Amino acid sequence: MKYKSNFFFEKIFKTILKITSLIVIGIFILLFYSLVERSIPSLFQNGLEILFGTSWDPNFEIFGGAPAILGTLFSSAIALIFALPISLCIAIFYTEYGPVRLRPFISGIMDLLAAIPSVIYGIWGLWTLSPILKINFQEPIIASIGFIPIFSGPAYGLSIFLASLILTIMITPIISSISIDIFSKTPMHLREGMFALGATKWEVIKNVVFPFAKRGVFAATILGLGRALGETMAVTMVIGNSYLWPFKSVSLFASASTITSKIASEFPESVVNLIHNSSLISLALILLIISISINFVAEIISKKSVGG
Amino acid sequence: MSSNKLKVEDLSAWFYEKQVLNRVSLEFPDKKVIAIIGPSGCGKTTFIRCLNRMHELTPGARVRGRVVLDGKDIYTEMDAMEVRRKIGMVFQKPNPFPNMSIYDNVVAGLKLMGIRDKALLDKVVESKLREVGLWDEVSDDLRRSGAQLSGGQQQRLCIARALATEPEVLLMDEPTSSLDPSSTAKIESLVRVLKNHATVIIITHNVQQAARVSDYTAFLYLGDLIEFGETKKIFESPKNPLTEKYVTGRFG
Ligand SMILES: Nc1ncnc2c1ncn2[C@@H]1O[C@H](COP(=O)(O)OP(=O)(O)OP(=O)(O)O)[C@@H](O)[C@H]1O
Ligand SMILES: [Mg+2]
Repeated sequence: MKYKSNFFFEKIFKTILKITSLIVIGIFILLFYSLVERSIPSLFQNGLEILFGTSWDPNFEIFGGAPAILGTLFSSAIALIFALPISLCIAIFYTEYGPVRLRPFISGIMDLLAAIPSVIYGIWGLWTLSPILKINFQEPIIASIGFIPIFSGPAYGLSIFLASLILTIMITPIISSISIDIFSKTPMHLREGMFALGATKWEVIKNVVFPFAKRGVFAATILGLGRALGETMAVTMVIGNSYLWPFKSVSLFASASTITSKIASEFPESVVNLIHNSSLISLALILLIISISINFVAEIISKKSVGG
Repeated sequence: MSSNKLKVEDLSAWFYEKQVLNRVSLEFPDKKVIAIIGPSGCGKTTFIRCLNRMHELTPGARVRGRVVLDGKDIYTEMDAMEVRRKIGMVFQKPNPFPNMSIYDNVVAGLKLMGIRDKALLDKVVESKLREVGLWDEVSDDLRRSGAQLSGGQQQRLCIARALATEPEVLLMDEPTSSLDPSSTAKIESLVRVLKNHATVIIITHNVQQAARVSDYTAFLYLGDLIEFGETKKIFESPKNPLTEKYVTGRFG
């Protein structure tokens, strides 16, 4: 009797699970479909221009998406390149070297940083960080090594550089708190096995902790990347929303656009122009495809490295 | 006594405020097998972890007293890494590194010492795996992960790993407690051979095992060393009634 009722509940539970996953898949398909449908006018008129075109002028119905797409990929990549090593350092310090009584402090800061709404980062980047960086970082660099094109002037306060920096600050707490979790789950008996062979602390980290945490840190990185690619509010506020970078100026200190900043800043005005509106939606579709592809590739990579 | 490899003087150990070893003193002769026996929780593991400075890795751990290896105090005259290279350890639970192949597990200690010579590493892998009786079972695929072996094979791999750096003393914490009788027998006969080149200190819960493999036996009880001497004497004519009760299985 008991067995039977357990079986009954299990069946109900499984059915609920099935229905929920079907709903999720359904919503996704619907979303994808409506993006495609609303992109069609733009794709029809612009063709590949939306991918490769370098200028954007709604008055002349020119809709090239390349600067925005590159802006998205570049700022996210830079954010990742900075955030990953910083996060690893934080996690190593937290779990391996730092005093135990500092731990609540560090994880408190990380939780706090992760919980700040992105508009606050945007305001802070716009009003505080931007002028400080402009005077103390961008201008001196331009004055000294400005002959190198990627460091050339003028120092726009709002730039692809500032956007990348804000993204770094936003995704570091995500990657580091997951890394801390994984590092501290490294089994003690494996650490001790390495210590017992005469390893130093660093050798234990390198030979035991890193290999153990590798897959999890990779997943955390992908999560951070997803956040960076899709981040809208903060980026829109600090990137300057221009098409200067990268085709008119390759300088890191030039203002630029990302897919999300383009959509956020032009969507309201675009409703009067079907092609303009549809072009923005095509950009959204491209972003969705980029995100899905990255997750897909990440899945393959992490499956391949099982046991490796 | 020049034939004594390792000398323990007045060794006490704590976890936070709790004292778990109480002024233990004894001398381990060179190239012999010494069994450490005693009821659960009496401090056997803590004791041997003080001998290669693993104890200090545990939060709240503290030690007082001296442990002297060949005339050098391991706490004041050597650093922990050097001590652990000279005094190897095999754990109760087999712990091969799962991200490393069988081959890399065996040479892990040598790589830490900066040895990269492929021919030398190959030689060590073969000779150590032969020594622990694993060579014939795994030589067809040394690239396999160490974690894919059976429990008994994993433990022998861990012994090979500990032996690869040729430690002068080998500490073994109940190395057979999770193994079946045939793996246990293999490890026991290995222990008897190992004393040709090292001093072996082995914890066991099984007094018959102590009688089978060891030359000397130390009996610990509640953090005190109750009796230490030749295994034969400990088993046949123990001086302390507690020892007698323990080795005859009439304890508690
Ligand atoms: N990490 C720890 N923190 C606090 N106390 C500990 C810790 N490890 C062991 N102890 C305590 O120290 C005492 C000795 O433990 P130890 O592990 O040395 O005993 P043992 O003789 O090896 O026991 P067993 O035969 O069960 O392995 C026990 O009372 C135990 O509760
Ligand atoms: Mg123990």
